Amino acid sequence: MLSEIPLSYFLVVSTLMFFIGIYGFLTRKNLITILMAVELILNSVNINFVAFNRYLFPNQLEGHFFSLFIIAVAAAEAAVAIAIIISVYRRYSNIDVERVDTMKF
Amino acid sequence: MSIHELMFYLFSGMILLFSVLTVTSRRILRAAVYLLFVLVSTAGIYFMLNYQFLAAVQLTLYAGGIVVLIIFSILLTSHISQKFEPLGVKKMVFSALAVAAGALLSIMTILDYGFDTVVTTSQNPDMELIGTSLLSYEKNGYVLPFEVISVLLLAAMVASIVIAKKEKSK
Repeated sequence: MLSEIPLSYFLVVSTLMFFIGIYGFLTRKNLITILMAVELILNSVNINFVAFNRYLFPNQLEGHFFSLFIIAVAAAEAAVAIAIIISVYRRYSNIDVERVDTMKF
Repeated sequence: MSIHELMFYLFSGMILLFSVLTVTSRRILRAAVYLLFVLVSTAGIYFMLNYQFLAAVQLTLYAGGIVVLIIFSILLTSHISQKFEPLGVKKMVFSALAVAAGALLSIMTILDYGFDTVVTTSQNPDMELIGTSLLSYEKNGYVLPFEVISVLLLAAMVASIVIAKKEKSK
């Protein structure tokens, strides 16, 4: 059963996924691809919560519910971010982070 | 090797492979589809951990909702056949170095720390338990975050309509 796989394996997978997301966040220039990198980061955090819940506190549901709430927050964040991206596109006709710098001081 | 281990290695391999492809692919629509594969494999991990409700939410909300939203916005803002320019070597090397250092440090810490895991027969929390704890205000109840999330979702919906609305021509 599940006890054959140690908890740290799940944590290693989610850590690698988190840092791959950070790599995307640092190197991408298009706003939508940056948003996808953020989704990767949020998803890796969810895996962490769920694995901790199953392995360390199997009789409670804290990690399960926090993952549910994180998914809801991620949906809200994606909706607002995409609204902002569409608005930016309408004004500048591109969504490259290096060319949208009107507010840069 | 048991079937559980096999499933775990399959899902985590898919997650890592498609995550790398998501952040390195030069065609944006393909990157979105790779992200979809990552999210579906994550749902597979949740199924493996025996949280079926969470896996269903992951499939419908993440893989069904957010990815479709992202693909819509890609189609609205860029050309399908457009390819990104290749990355500058300097930026790529320095980002990869920073990320590799962070990942190495975290993984070493994780492998070093001994978790005292409780191994029980893992059971799936049934729908009744999930529903009653979401709406209960006693111990182990989550009615406050539930209400806060509902207000947040309403605010996000109104905000995204207002932001994305076309301005009236004066």
